Amino acid sequence: MSGRGGAAAMRGRRLLRDWPAGVLALLLLALVGAIEAVFPGTVSPGWVSNAMLFAAPLGILAASQTLVLLTGGIDLSVSAVATAAAYLLATNAAYGTGSALGIAAAAGLAIGLLNGLGVALFGVQPLVMTLGTALMAGGLLTIYAQWAVARLPHIPGFIQALGAGKVAGYVPIDLLLWAPLTVAIVLGLARTGFGRLLYAVGDNREACRLAGVRVWQVLLAAYVLAGLLAALAGLVLVGSTNAADLGLANVYLLPSIAAAIVGGTSIFGGRGGYGGTVVGTLILTVLNSLLTLLDAPEPIKQVLYGAIILGLAAAYARLAD
Amino acid sequence: MREALRRCLGRNAAPLGLALLLASFLGLTVAIHPQFGAYDVQSLALGALPLALAAAAETAVVLAGGIDLSVGPLIAVANVLSARLMVHAGFAGALGIAALVLAAGVLAGALNGLLVVVSRVADVVVTLATGFIWGGVALLILEKPGGGAPDAFQNLATGTFGTRWLPNALVFLALALALGWGPVRASRLGLGLRATGSDRVAAFRSGVAVARMQVISYALGGLFSAVGGLALTASTGIGSPLAGLYYTLSAIAAIVVGGVSLSGGRGGMIGPVLAAFILTLVPTDLIFLAINPNYGQVIQGTLIVALVMGGGLATALRRP
Repeated sequence: MSGRGGAAAMRGRRLLRDWPAGVLALLLLALVGAIEAVFPGTVSPGWVSNAMLFAAPLGILAASQTLVLLTGGIDLSVSAVATAAAYLLATNAAYGTGSALGIAAAAGLAIGLLNGLGVALFGVQPLVMTLGTALMAGGLLTIYAQWAVARLPHIPGFIQALGAGKVAGYVPIDLLLWAPLTVAIVLGLARTGFGRLLYAVGDNREACRLAGVRVWQVLLAAYVLAGLLAALAGLVLVGSTNAADLGLANVYLLPSIAAAIVGGTSIFGGRGGYGGTVVGTLILTVLNSLLTLLDAPEPIKQVLYGAIILGLAAAYARLAD
Repeated sequence: MREALRRCLGRNAAPLGLALLLASFLGLTVAIHPQFGAYDVQSLALGALPLALAAAAETAVVLAGGIDLSVGPLIAVANVLSARLMVHAGFAGALGIAALVLAAGVLAGALNGLLVVVSRVADVVVTLATGFIWGGVALLILEKPGGGAPDAFQNLATGTFGTRWLPNALVFLALALALGWGPVRASRLGLGLRATGSDRVAAFRSGVAVARMQVISYALGGLFSAVGGLALTASTGIGSPLAGLYYTLSAIAAIVVGGVSLSGGRGGMIGPVLAAFILTLVPTDLIFLAINPNYGQVIQGTLIVALVMGGGLATALRRP
C-alpha cells in the first residue's frame, strides 16, 4: 500500500475506532442515498417516519443486547422475554391495565434476575444460561397460553398508540419513547459509574475484581436491566402488530444481536456503545426497506441480510484491529 | 488395577452417568407405560436420530473451541436438498444424491471455518450470519414442505435390523458416528482438535496447525449436519425448510447436558448423543403420564440451567 493510502487507511481506522457511530451514520446516509437514486421520490418525510416507527422495537431490544454484550456476555432470552411480556399484557389487560403492565414487567424482571444470578454468581457461560432460560420461558408461556385460552386477548389503546401511532403527522409515538431512552442509555454508559463499570467488567473482569469492584453486582444489574428493556420492547412490538402470538418476537433475536454487532459493539465485551447500536438498527431497517423495494422474495432477503452482516462485521474487525 | 479402574471411571463419568440416567428414564417409561414395546423403541430412535446427529455436529465444533449456530439451518438445507432431488429417484440414485449432499455439507462447514479463521470475526457472529444465509437457501430450494424419498431410502431409518427391537435408525446413527468420528478420534487429528480447543496458544506453540484444525472441526460439523439432514429426510419422508430452527438450540442443549465444555477441549461424542435420547424421551414420558408435553421444553431449559449452575457452584467451591 502506498504511503498516502496507508495514511488515509490509518486515519479511517482511527476514526472508526474512536467514533464508530459517525462512520456508520455515513454508511446509513449512503444506503438512503442509494434508495433515492434507484427509486427516485421514495425518500420522503413519511418514509423516514415509517422507518423510525419500525426501527424502535428492534432498537429497544438491541439496547438490552448491547448492555449485556458490553460486559462480555450475550442474551439469547431477549426475544422470549419480549414475547412473554407482550402475551401476558394482552391476556391480562382486560382485568386491569396497571396490573397487566406489572405482570409483563415482572416477567422481564424474573428472567433477567435468573440470567443474572446464573452468570454473576454461578459463573455460567451467558450463552448457555440465557438459552436455558429462553427455553424455560418459551415452554411456560405455551402452557400459560393453553390455560388462558378462554381469555379474550385485549391490547390497550395506549399500547396500540405506542406501537403504531404518530403525532403531528410524522412523529411516531414509539420514537418519543425510544429517543429519550437512547439519550439516557448513551449518557448512562458514558457518564455514570455503573456505565463505565459495564465496560470495565467486559474488558477485564479479573482486573476489576482486584480493583475492588463487586463484579457480580454489575453483571446482575446488567442482566436485570436487559430483561426489563426486552419486556418494554415486547410491549412496543405488540402495540404495532396489535396481535399477541407465541412467536411474536422470535424473528427479532438474531437482528438484535446483528444491530449491536453492525453498530460496532464487540462480542468479546468492553468495546462499543449504544449510539452505534442505534445506527446499526437504522441500517438494518433501511436495508430491509431497500430489499422490500427491490421486491426481493423473503429467502433472498434473508441470504442478503446474512451476507451483509457478515461483510460489515468482517470489515469492522479488519479496520478496528 | 483398582487405580486404573478408578481413573477409567473418572474419565468416563459423564457418559456413564448419562447412560445410567437414560436407563433409569427407560425403566421409568416401562413402569408408567407397560405396553412399551418394539414400536415405541423405534419411534424413540427415529425421534432422537436427527437431534443426536445435530449434537454430534455441534460437539465436533465445540471440542475444537468454536461454536456453530448454523447447525440447524444447515440440517434444513441438507433435508430439503435431498428431499427435492430424491423425489423421483431410485435407491441407487438416492444414495448418489446422499453422497452429493454430504459433500455439500462438508463444503458449507469448511466455509464457516474459513470465514472464522480469515475474517477474525467472532465464531458466534460468523455462524449467526451463515445460519441466516442457509435458512434463506433452504427456503429457496423448497418454498414449503414437500419433496420425497424412495421407500428403500426411507427404510434406512424407519425399518428394523434383524429383530423388531433393533431399529435401523440406531444402526444408522452408530454407523454414522463410527465412520465419521471414529477415525478422527483414533488419529492425531482428534488430539489436535482437542488441543486447539483446550488452549489455542499452547497448541500453536506445540506445533499444531491451529487454523487448519478450526477449519476441519467446522467441516466435520458440516458433515454431521448433512447426515442429520439426510436422516431427517429418511425418517420423515419429506423436506421441510423451517425444520432447522429447533435443532441449533437443542443441539447446544444436548452438548451441555452431555458434559461437553463450551469453552472447548473437554467432553466426548457419546455424552451428547445419549443426552439427545434423554431430551427426546422426556416429552414422550410426559405424554404417557398425561402431563402437558409442553413441560418438556420447560424441563429441557431447567435441566440446562440446573446442570450449568450446579457445575458453576462446584467449580466455585473447589477454588480456595
